[in-house]
Amino acid sequence: MVTSVTSFGKNGVSDWLIQRVTAVIIGVYFVGLMGWLMANSGFDYATWKGFMGSLPMQIANTLMMFSVAAHTWIGLWGVTTDYLTSLQLGGSATGIRLLVQAVIILLTLVYLLWGLVMIWGGA
Amino acid sequence: MKVSIYRYNPELDNEPYMKEYDIDTQGKDLMVLDVLALVKEQDPSMGYRRSCREGVCGSDGMNINGKNGLACITPLSEVAPGVLEGRKPLILRPLPGLPVIRDLVVDMTMFYNQYEKVQPFLQNNTPAPAIERLQSPEDRAKLDGLYECILCACCSTSCPSFWWNPEKFLGPAALLQSYRFLADSRDQATEDRLGNLDDPFSLFRCHGIMNCVSVCPKGLNPTRAIGHIRSMLLERAV
Ligand code: SF4
Ligand code: SF4
Ligand code: FES
Repeated sequence: MVTSVTSFGKNGVSDWLIQRVTAVIIGVYFVGLMGWLMANSGFDYATWKGFMGSLPMQIANTLMMFSVAAHTWIGLWGVTTDYLTSLQLGGSATGIRLLVQAVIILLTLVYLLWGLVMIWGGA
Repeated sequence: MKVSIYRYNPELDNEPYMKEYDIDTQGKDLMVLDVLALVKEQDPSMGYRRSCREGVCGSDGMNINGKNGLACITPLSEVAPGVLEGRKPLILRPLPGLPVIRDLVVDMTMFYNQYEKVQPFLQNNTPAPAIERLQSPEDRAKLDGLYECILCACCSTSCPSFWWNPEKFLGPAALLQSYRFLADSRDQATEDRLGNLDDPFSLFRCHGIMNCVSVCPKGLNPTRAIGHIRSMLLERAV
């Protein structure tokens, strides 16, 4: 009914699904990390680096980065289309909203790339 | 008791204001609508809508001390503690989020536009039987809690998602009616109806805040109906 707007996926259904699935991934990641921290209290840098540098963690971190990026974008897209509309801002709303959304996309992409470099860069 | 009413007449006032009235209720637990009638005697310029005065027509939805409801079936004792005793004022405002025509009267066009979009009528292209389309008692029972809606708009105008996007988000009232036909065994337009709801706004702007459930004067549950539609949409997608 409302056409030509989808924030990320194919339509509202896929956006909604992506939002839930990424939330679960983020949740599981944090629980797992907490578990590791509790099992390894008093760990040193080398242990931490070894843990984070292991292949399973590299994959988990990558998944986490993409989940956070998608989750953030869908969520903030919702926020901007709620509060940055002509109802609140008048005629300039569309311009302001697009600008804010562009900044959000840019930041998200920078974080994503930066994260991937950190995870896979081997440093 | 003190009654404070939102007043705005676009032809005379530059901006809305709250006007105070002193009303003698003789300590009786009147309905808010009865209090409005007493105010009207004092000040005939104050405007509000009402018709049935018994909770069936849906014309006197308004914001009563911060909560949407029907004036005719809301007794003073249920408004807020202290209102009946006169310790606190009765505060009446128009339904939030819709343009005010005058005082407590709002323009419901946006609300009805969303209602119209869900095609709130039975669609069935098979030849009509001689007498009527029958339904089993079980299928009929599925419409309970859906068909009773009186379109008072208390729910949609208490929903933040509807406030922010009243032209894109259908709102709880229209979605409840959408489900009323999706759930009807005699209706054949299910695919069409669902196809009209899968964008990110029409239905998915509902964030489950449940204001709609807490205000519905008929005790209906739009959030649950929205949940049912969402499941139908998800099933259709996979
Ligand atoms: S549950 Fe959905 S429709 Fe009801 S008030 Fe909340 S956001 Fe609005
Ligand atoms: S669902 Fe309830 S609150 Fe909403 S319009 Fe219908 S009767 Fe009024
Ligand atoms: S006057 Fe009809 S519902 Fe209140």
